Amino acid sequence: MSTPALNDKGEQFDVRRLLTDERSRGIVLQLAVLLAVALVIAFITSNTLANLQRAGLASGFGFLDDTAFFDINQKLIDYTSQSTFGRALVVGFLNTILVSALGIIAATLIGFSAGVLRLSPNWLISRVVTAYVEFTRNVPVLLQIIFWWATLTALPKVRDSLSLGDAAFLNNRGIRLPAPIFEPGMEWVIGAAVVGIVAAVILGRWARKRQDQTGQIFPSGWAGLGLIIGLPLIVYFLLGQPLEWDVPVRKRFNFQGGFNITPELIALWLALATYTGAFISEIVRSGILSVSRGQSEAAFALGLRSNQTMRMIVIPQALRVIIPPLTSQYLNLTKNSSLAVAIGYQDLVSIGGTILFQSGQTLEVVGIWMAVYLSLSLLTSAYMNWYNKRIALVER
Amino acid sequence: MYEPFHRTTDDMLRERPAPAATVGVIGWLRTNLFAGWINTALTLVTLYILWLAIPSFIGWAFIDAQLAGNDRFACTGDGACWAWLDQRINQFLYGFYPSEETWRVNIAFVLLFPALAPWLMENVPGDRYLRWFSVAYPVIATILLVGGFGLEVVQTDKFGGFMLNLTVGLAGIVLSLPIGIVLALGRQSRLPLIRWFSIIFIEAVRGVPLITLLFVSNIILPIFLPPDMALDSVIRVIVMVTAFASAYMAEVIRGGLQAIPKGQYEAAQAMGLNYSKAMRLIILPQALKISIPGIVNTFIGLFKDTTLVIVIGLFDILGIANAMVSNPDWLGLSTETYVVVALFFFSVCFSMSRYSIRLERRLDTDKR
Repeated sequence: MSTPALNDKGEQFDVRRLLTDERSRGIVLQLAVLLAVALVIAFITSNTLANLQRAGLASGFGFLDDTAFFDINQKLIDYTSQSTFGRALVVGFLNTILVSALGIIAATLIGFSAGVLRLSPNWLISRVVTAYVEFTRNVPVLLQIIFWWATLTALPKVRDSLSLGDAAFLNNRGIRLPAPIFEPGMEWVIGAAVVGIVAAVILGRWARKRQDQTGQIFPSGWAGLGLIIGLPLIVYFLLGQPLEWDVPVRKRFNFQGGFNITPELIALWLALATYTGAFISEIVRSGILSVSRGQSEAAFALGLRSNQTMRMIVIPQALRVIIPPLTSQYLNLTKNSSLAVAIGYQDLVSIGGTILFQSGQTLEVVGIWMAVYLSLSLLTSAYMNWYNKRIALVER
Repeated sequence: MYEPFHRTTDDMLRERPAPAATVGVIGWLRTNLFAGWINTALTLVTLYILWLAIPSFIGWAFIDAQLAGNDRFACTGDGACWAWLDQRINQFLYGFYPSEETWRVNIAFVLLFPALAPWLMENVPGDRYLRWFSVAYPVIATILLVGGFGLEVVQTDKFGGFMLNLTVGLAGIVLSLPIGIVLALGRQSRLPLIRWFSIIFIEAVRGVPLITLLFVSNIILPIFLPPDMALDSVIRVIVMVTAFASAYMAEVIRGGLQAIPKGQYEAAQAMGLNYSKAMRLIILPQALKISIPGIVNTFIGLFKDTTLVIVIGLFDILGIANAMVSNPDWLGLSTETYVVVALFFFSVCFSMSRYSIRLERRLDTDKR
């Protein structure tokens, strides 16, 4: 009979102790989970290696340098069918960013106006806005994207384009808009706009400082707006209007001049903006409602006017509630933009899909998708944490 | 002595009615529609838009509409063409499910309500037995839909239409509930390894779009598994949707766990309950109860997201609609088709969200 092992306290070692003692049980449990995960990973890896070998596929990212041999009609940087897969992915990524940025701007505008209008004392307006919000929120966004796309591509052919003031044309290939042509001197106008923005920021700082010290109010908002708009406008006219418009002209088969926005981009943008806008409006509404009525009553008692109350008392407090869910809505919009694949807008997922079927590099392409979306979402949550910390300092 | 001057009457003065402009219809109109010129302008513009939109929509959808016919050429008027509804409704509901077997889908659908009732309503008669029934329901529904046990076997590639949306959505929610509970507990665990695995899984899944996960189900799962373990496409979708939903479910349940006062945890410990008993008997029953509205909301989101299966080639209700719109017999009916599908989703999701709001209010008063 062997002597039972002793532990450090000199007690007899008992296997049952491993599961009844809380600390050792924790370690055993974690080891078990680790083992299970390792087994799953080993199972998957061995299968993957075997399957890839059978299919005769090389893994690795070398394929990114291969020629793409497919065209992309919606692109922000130079791209031809002779470019590489890597460049095609960059084009797709930029398209994702483009539609997300446009969508975020529009969704914010829609969401804030709808949120405020829904609280309006005007019975009719608040009902109409409620109907919009409830309907859009409860219909799948993919259905809305496809609906807008079907509607836009059912527009008249190029020959019978609908004309909007003879400057823009609407047809089943999208909307054709006049393109701005920058002539020499335009860089000064843009420079003036930048100077105007900087000056407005400095003016705002100065005005706040002066108000803190003397209590005198300076209308920095109007003055800043004047600087931002007025300064470039003056330079523009002084330099003899260095901006021309390349207005599209109707030719036999297509338009000449101007630039075209595809129905895919418009449909995706419209659907994402109205869908996310409905969610944002709910966030804005609950944010405004979360500011207690006493705050605005106190502001009135101090003699603030109603727009001042809104601007200086209600909105800063409501923003604290609004911003965190708002950023996650932005993230949702960006993720939903991947539904582009259903209507053929060439975003990251759609171009990645094309590459995936051409090159067979499934794992790598899916890895790139996940890496891009994950880093976007990690960036967003990092921003959210930073913002939450910053407003927490203001709170008492 | 100082006598103040009094004006005296024998009768009490009757109160006068409020000014006519502040009461009744006129008063309501003035305060709710025409308060100030901005409001008046907004009201008039809105009324004008509604005046343009509503009569033309009603004319299109009802008055000028064509109800019957075998294809789009039967529709000659300016209005909507509803002829396809009569012809295709079965495809929209059941996909390619054999038409002599659709009664099984109907029974599974009807049985869904008694299965859900004990969890979503209070004071359901006989709810102790119904709870056992709901536990058995997934098995019953699977047998009904797939077949076996004397029923004719229906391959899952025949699943489609609304039935596919409902199957994928419900399977995703039901399967993700236990996984979500484990992940939520794991995320709060004191054991670092378990906590980190849970956090990585939850954040990784929540960080990527569902569509990429569906692509994974279609092209990566076959690579990950040995060739003889091929899953059919509906099961693959359910696997990925479950993974997706459980990450969201974990966050909903974490919210419920965090809402339970600390005293409950401490009281459970003071009673000498160990971790699993404390969780099973004290914490989870309370946390799950307050999570029900969140779970319903997750289901609404998931149900809307089941339309994404069209990108990997399944024919859910939206896929059937797409197929019909591009069918030569019904070409050009996209507005009618998509409006019907949208109204359909709206009525299902809207009523569920109303219900979850009501539930939330009721649970809120319970707590106080």
